[in-house]
Amino acid sequence: MSEHDDQVPEKTGHEWDGIEEYDNPLPKWWLWVFYATVVWGIGYTIAYPAWPMVDRATGGLLGYSTRALVAEEIAEVEARNADLNEALANVDLVALDETPELESYATNMGAAVFRAQCSQCHGSGAAGAKGFPNLVDDAWIWGGRIEEIAYTVAHGIRNESSPDARWSQMPAFGRDGILSDEEIDQVVQHVLAISGQEHDAQMAEAGSEIYASQCASCHGADGQGSLAQTREFQEGGESFPNDETIGAPNLTDAIWLYGGDEETLTETVHNSRFGVMPAWAEEWRQPGLSQAEINAVSAYVHQLGGGQ
Amino acid sequence: MSASDAPKLYASREPVFPRRVSGFFRRMKWWIMGVTLGIYYLLPWIRWDRGPEMPNQAVLLDLADRRFFFFWIEIWPHEFYFVAGLLVMAGLGLFLFTSALGRVWCGYACPQTVWTDLFILTERWIDGDRNARIRLWNAPWSAKKVRLRVTKYIVWALIGLATGGAWIFYFADAPTLAVDLVTGQAHPVAYTTMAILTFTTVFMGGVAREQVCIYACPWPRIQAAMMDESTITIGYRDWRGEPRGKGNVKRRSAAKAEAAARVSQAAGEPAGRQYPPTPYPGHENKLGAWPSPDPAVARGDCIDCMACVNVCPMGIDIRNGQQMECITCGLCIDACDEVMGKIGKPRGLIDYFALQDEQVERAGGTPTKIWKHIFRPRTIVYTSLWSLIGAALIFALFMQPDIDLTVAPVRNPVYVQMADGTVRNAYEIRVRNKHGEARPFRITLSGDPMLYLDVEGTPYETVTVPADSMALERVYVMAPPGSEQAEAARTGFRFWVTDLTNGDRTYEDSHFNGLGR
Repeated sequence: MSEHDDQVPEKTGHEWDGIEEYDNPLPKWWLWVFYATVVWGIGYTIAYPAWPMVDRATGGLLGYSTRALVAEEIAEVEARNADLNEALANVDLVALDETPELESYATNMGAAVFRAQCSQCHGSGAAGAKGFPNLVDDAWIWGGRIEEIAYTVAHGIRNESSPDARWSQMPAFGRDGILSDEEIDQVVQHVLAISGQEHDAQMAEAGSEIYASQCASCHGADGQGSLAQTREFQEGGESFPNDETIGAPNLTDAIWLYGGDEETLTETVHNSRFGVMPAWAEEWRQPGLSQAEINAVSAYVHQLGGGQ
Repeated sequence: MSASDAPKLYASREPVFPRRVSGFFRRMKWWIMGVTLGIYYLLPWIRWDRGPEMPNQAVLLDLADRRFFFFWIEIWPHEFYFVAGLLVMAGLGLFLFTSALGRVWCGYACPQTVWTDLFILTERWIDGDRNARIRLWNAPWSAKKVRLRVTKYIVWALIGLATGGAWIFYFADAPTLAVDLVTGQAHPVAYTTMAILTFTTVFMGGVAREQVCIYACPWPRIQAAMMDESTITIGYRDWRGEPRGKGNVKRRSAAKAEAAARVSQAAGEPAGRQYPPTPYPGHENKLGAWPSPDPAVARGDCIDCMACVNVCPMGIDIRNGQQMECITCGLCIDACDEVMGKIGKPRGLIDYFALQDEQVERAGGTPTKIWKHIFRPRTIVYTSLWSLIGAALIFALFMQPDIDLTVAPVRNPVYVQMADGTVRNAYEIRVRNKHGEARPFRITLSGDPMLYLDVEGTPYETVTVPADSMALERVYVMAPPGSEQAEAARTGFRFWVTDLTNGDRTYEDSHFNGLGR
């Protein structure tokens, strides 16, 4: 713009193929900041874990460890929740909904326990699979009241670890030669009939007699299952201990643990079934679930939509 | 080139001691400083009634509850697009102002500029004006120097503390927090934030100053892309000022006028050719004489008094032309206008003008009108975009409902078949209540007569949502056994939420998943 020399920055004198370099020096403090970062970097690697060695990195003078921090945080949370856990371990589950705060804590904790321990068989959405009951629907084999669920969780089903495990064994009618193949076909037709599916009326008629003599003692005369009988007793004012239910499924509803089609039913009657669930109480299983965790997961399962 | 005369790679900072100046731009900067600092320090103290259960602070960033309050506006996290929109508007606004008026943001409104100005002001109160400050800087350490330095840093620390203090009041109830701060009851985070901001304020405004603009700020590097030949920016009319020089003003002017007349006549030009005036509020419109083309007698208007350099907070010489360091604060214009007044010359040797006009004026032409510079396609495009987004945000603000619902179908499992054959779907419904009190809401569904609803644990499908919060409800929708909806793969329907207090309702569409047979 003007002819004044001071408008043009000085040049360094470097020149490559006619390209010259302006002399725009960095501020000195910039250099000092750079040295400071170097010093900081060295100090940091001394104070904190940094240099990789053969099997682990150097630990650092401050003894910092993210693992230790997590353990500390977990311990802190446990300590903070100690009162709630104590209350949850001793709560009367039937009255849990009277203390909404504890109930909310229980369902949240139960959801975590469920994801960690139960979802492998029952599914993350608790919808189950063939042989593993769906916990979201309203059909229960061993009882869907919260205290019944807690008992099932604590003692499990058909396991050797808890002497109080829920236990029953359907006979393998075909394999053990109790019924002939024809009789099995007939009783399957009867089950198809009482569950409202397509069936051969004549065979079902014949099957109903076999059913009455072989199956009704557990599944009930009308096929409503053992739980319906238990409820009748309970409504009649009789106490019915948890470990005395026999877990014979309702054969008239729309829900089948293994399948309700002719082929699967035939297989079930011929070979029987033997689903096992572990006893989760710490008494029977290490590592198991504490009483608070059992109560929590029971509360969680109970509120999934099928609880009674 | 040998190693000994190699250029230095690092340079020490040249300290800058801006002289006091008065004039139009200085006054404007005082006003802008007063208003911006006033807004910053006082805004958190304004109260705003939102009902008994809501905070009564007009501007509050409630991070713990994830709410942003701005007078009558309340922003929830899902409405964060308002903030994004405002940021886009701020960016476009910056483009608009820069393309029209150069670095006005840097010169007048940037916090770095405003606080630096404040720190220079307090420095001047304590140490004196430019010359006193230079003397003090060069003086050896003495009791007086120590006293002045200690006083200065204490005052700066207090300004920094007030700055950091005001910042945290935006994030919590200001009166409560103020009491807590004084009594030592406030959260450690509040004290830490205050301490950090106190330090950065003093460091950036008091110590680093122009270094922040030159080395730390990306904007000076970007803004060149926003500016063009029509942008109004600060420059030096070198055709008028050069050749610069000191000397007896009166004698020189007389000689110059005489010589100019002589030379112009020789060149066949009319005597006493004058350059166009550059009018300004508070200044007389004087006409100045064109410098003589004869180099032997030529003298420009610039008397090389260095006033423009001495007042510059960036420590640059504007006469060297457009520079990255220049924040266009206008103080050199004030300083130069004052000097031009004293020597009886027209103002505007250093002035706001478009670079394009600089060429025109040099050739003796008439510069384009300012409004023609400002209203050019580029600025019109920026303004249109800016207004468009602004209009969209205002529209969204008025459309913003006080109740809101979102429906998340539970897809694990997709459906559940009940013992009697009923097919059931679960949905997680979030009902938002933006009112200042708890209100009952009824959830209903429409669109399919066979589907029916069950809201867990609540009679009459009615849930009460606490004030200014969201309630999560697990809701079941069922289709009777054997019905078309139970058998079909998908059936559409609509959830409604009705505010039972005033009848407001809103809906969201969803789907029911059947057996799909």
